[in-house]
Amino acid sequence: MSLTSSDNKFYSWLDDRVGVSGFIKAAEKKEVPVHKQSMWYYMGGIAMVLLAIQGLTGILLMVYYVPEISSAHSSVLFINTQIEFGWFVRSLHSWAANILIFILFVHMFSAYFMKAYRKPREVTWFSGMALLGICFAFGFTGYLLPWDEIAFFATKIGLDIAGKTPFIGGVIADLLRGGAEIGQGTISRFFLIHVILLPIALFAVAGLHLLLVQLHGMSEPESFKKAKKKKYEKFFPDFLVKDFMVWLFFFNLVAGIVALFPWGLGPEADPFAPAPAGIKPEWYFLAMFQFLKLLPPHIGPFEGEILGIAFFGVLALVLFVAPFIDTGKSKAVSKFFDVYGILFTIGFVGFTVWGMLD
Amino acid sequence: MIAGTRRVFVRWITGVFAALWAGMASYPFFRYLISGTKKKQAGEELVTSISLGSSEEFLPGASKNFKFGSAPALLVRSEDGAFHAYNAICTHLGCTVQYNEEKKNIWCACHGGVYDTASGKNLAGPPPKPLKALNVEVKEGEIIVSRA
Ligand code: HEM
Ligand code: FES
Repeated sequence: MSLTSSDNKFYSWLDDRVGVSGFIKAAEKKEVPVHKQSMWYYMGGIAMVLLAIQGLTGILLMVYYVPEISSAHSSVLFINTQIEFGWFVRSLHSWAANILIFILFVHMFSAYFMKAYRKPREVTWFSGMALLGICFAFGFTGYLLPWDEIAFFATKIGLDIAGKTPFIGGVIADLLRGGAEIGQGTISRFFLIHVILLPIALFAVAGLHLLLVQLHGMSEPESFKKAKKKKYEKFFPDFLVKDFMVWLFFFNLVAGIVALFPWGLGPEADPFAPAPAGIKPEWYFLAMFQFLKLLPPHIGPFEGEILGIAFFGVLALVLFVAPFIDTGKSKAVSKFFDVYGILFTIGFVGFTVWGMLD
Repeated sequence: MIAGTRRVFVRWITGVFAALWAGMASYPFFRYLISGTKKKQAGEELVTSISLGSSEEFLPGASKNFKFGSAPALLVRSEDGAFHAYNAICTHLGCTVQYNEEKKNIWCACHGGVYDTASGKNLAGPPPKPLKALNVEVKEGEIIVSRA
């Protein structure tokens, strides 16, 4: 018996029980449009690789991290300075988290400008926004865990903002804070949200997102749909090979950044010391931070803060409802959403850069 | 027609009972999570007054951030020699404020809020309200801060 025939035996054994050939056939049938904007199709896959890095390094960090108020900071210091490659694992987790958020913005806006949210991909779009929300929540809860000075005040501000939501804000802030002041209660709750609740939510929503992508195939931009000659390539193996190369490139990129700029750790949080001068949030909250600084304490009968936050809510809501309004039937509406997206991007980038320089 | 309204009614009642049941079933878990936030945590005591040492040594222009119960507080001696103490929690978004020696006012590093040293009044920046004041007395040369 030749190797192939015994291989075939195993293959057909497996196929009878698992139906592998179905998957392979589906993968072979799947095609990816080739056009000028094809590069944006890689963004979701890059996000997946970064998430895999997060999962792996997160598990490794949990080996030494202690979610207890008097040990949290020193356990992170221990990882950073005593454990071999501890700095590497921790920096990978922190850097990849930030790069992931950046890639998600790129992924979201490329889908947005290609109008990929239109029928039948509305639910893909909503699940994507949910994923972005989940990743923000990962960032917010993870930031507190090292229990350094800046982590403490970032959490303080974040919870105070949450507390200003009308009606339910107070209860939500209490539930998250786990006490009258930020302390052990907060660390316990943030830790389990970060390592249990959000991963479960992420798996569920990302599963749906990827399933829908398989179901609908890749969307085609208008210019491509109108083209006389449409070029496609096979997903398997052609696109997937390129996917792998991009992933490898990104993994190396992150590892390179980490080796050159390891993630730092500030002094341990002291809940009774004043906030340090020059304190700033993570870059992806910087645009909001900078904008809120401009608002006066009161606008009419409202606190400036509340109006500011409501304003951000409306800005995000427009992105959320885009699939319902920009259905492709009206040119004017389509144009409106293009302009809105451009203004949104300019505003976001502008305020972020201003915040960095300020 | 009658069957139609009955169906609507039954659907309605089922919905109401389902909602009631869901509320009832989640109540214990909600209480479980929220009650821990209202209880005092281990090592937390209710403080009504605290001594901050000798008034002689605390010169005009000096300031000190200190722990008052479970909250941060700030003591400042202004140039005229008077003592002022506040809850050091910024009324904007809750950062801990500090005394700015150069400008002789109270300052928050988070978004640049400024308060008047003598009254705690919000002067500039985003804070919407004055700082909460604490009482300061000097008893036999000792600075005593207590709840107002
Ligand atoms: C954890 C985060 C995310 C992961 C792992 C992820 C993964 C993916 C992958 C692998 C694809 C197929 C390849 C591609 O088009 O890039 C995809 C497509 C898509 N994603 Fe995401 N995504 C995430 C977040 C988001 C966000 C934040 C949005 C926007 C709100 C979004 C909206 C979409 C849409 C509309 C498509 C279809 C694109 C098309 O058919 O051209 N996703 N996603
Ligand atoms: S928290 Fe003090 S100015 Fe914003």
